[in-house]
Amino acid sequence: MIQITVDMDKCQHYGQCCFEAEDVFQLDDDGKLQYVAEVADERLDDVESAADVCPMQAISFVES
Amino acid sequence: MSADQVVIVGAGLGGLRAAEALRGAGYEGHLVIVGEEPHLPYNRPPLSKEALAGGVDVEDLHFRRRSSIDDVEWRLGSGATSVDLTERTVCLEDGSVLPFAGLVVATGIRPRQLPIPGPTEGRFLLRNADDAAELRAALGPGSRLVIMGAGFIGCEVAATARKLGADVDIVALDDEPMVRPLGPKFGAAMRARHEAQGVAFHLGRTVAEFLGDDRVTGVRLDDGTEIPATIVLEAVGSVPNVEWLEGNGLDLVDGVLVDEALQVIGSAAPVVAVGDIARHPNALFPGGPWRIEHWNMPTEMGRHAGRTLADELAGTEPHGGPFSALPSFWSDQYDLNIQSYGMPSLGEPVLVDGDWAGDCIVEYRRDGELVGVVGVNRSKDLMDYRKQLLARQQ
Repeated sequence: MIQITVDMDKCQHYGQCCFEAEDVFQLDDDGKLQYVAEVADERLDDVESAADVCPMQAISFVES
Repeated sequence: MSADQVVIVGAGLGGLRAAEALRGAGYEGHLVIVGEEPHLPYNRPPLSKEALAGGVDVEDLHFRRRSSIDDVEWRLGSGATSVDLTERTVCLEDGSVLPFAGLVVATGIRPRQLPIPGPTEGRFLLRNADDAAELRAALGPGSRLVIMGAGFIGCEVAATARKLGADVDIVALDDEPMVRPLGPKFGAAMRARHEAQGVAFHLGRTVAEFLGDDRVTGVRLDDGTEIPATIVLEAVGSVPNVEWLEGNGLDLVDGVLVDEALQVIGSAAPVVAVGDIARHPNALFPGGPWRIEHWNMPTEMGRHAGRTLADELAGTEPHGGPFSALPSFWSDQYDLNIQSYGMPSLGEPVLVDGDWAGDCIVEYRRDGELVGVVGVNRSKDLMDYRKQLLARQQ
């Protein structure tokens, strides 16, 4: 599994991650980021892409 | 070292993403990444904002690197001085010569420096982590900062410097801050926000002279006005780092010209270019070529160019199709998150929601067609605009 952490002090809710993995990262009705903290290993490429495109570089993850 | 390796010149975001894309597209040969700075690829936007406010630790700014490039040979701290596209060799500052089968041009830009007379001490540029650390050390309560240029970097540093207790004056030839991307009304609203935070503007003006003997004590404007200063930041645009490419018959008029696959035009060798330096066509915005200094473009171009180069090295025609990407930028100033998609500078602004002085959405249209959008604190609402702009492709 992949454990995802978003540093909410850095996150500015720009929503770029949502375009790379929209079932993992979403902006809620208030425009705040919500995310799934644990996803299957086969989503690695999507999670990496989401982390890549974050302007604040707020997304980190570990494979366990 | 081998002649069948790929050399990536430029260890910034574009070079990093190109390396990862080469691996992703099946290139298994040796990869060398050459960087002028001693640092691994790091994120630059915080240098005018959080990192400038809180102290610069470049390790905190490092980009995550995919494990596929763990075997890359990093040649950091020694930039490229020249390249011979016929011999297929790159020369570095330290005297080494690297042969290559494929080359990625990713050397980016540097701040423009105007030839203005006066002392040099106390004058700053802001491009890399070391620049930011020096500026940070000079900034604080009691310092008087004059910023030349009212673009995004100038305005972001102004906001950060006010937070740190510095006095801030902005001098710019433009009529309003950030006027070229945003338009005059939006720019005026942004100026009012900065003025409310204590920033003084001197617009339609240039700096004629730096005052002081060895150290800057102020600036004199072209109308004779004198502004006291302990620090001057020159943020008046950029110059592409193309000098090392000279002598190869390339079009280097404004960056390096590439085709729709991001291959450098005029090179017989397999060479691609990415990021701020690449003047490129974009299928989403016919009418280029464009050179766009937005944060998302090195990633978009790196992904595309890496595939192109991998195809070329495998002996096949590039099959990634024409490069197509939606430029985006972001800027944090005070409590404002400014976000843009598309190319607002191509259109006329229309306020469609909110008001200029508050949170808002501004559409930019050319002949009625949506070409860009800018929002203040409205990221979620912009997501639909992004879809509309991407649909231009059809």
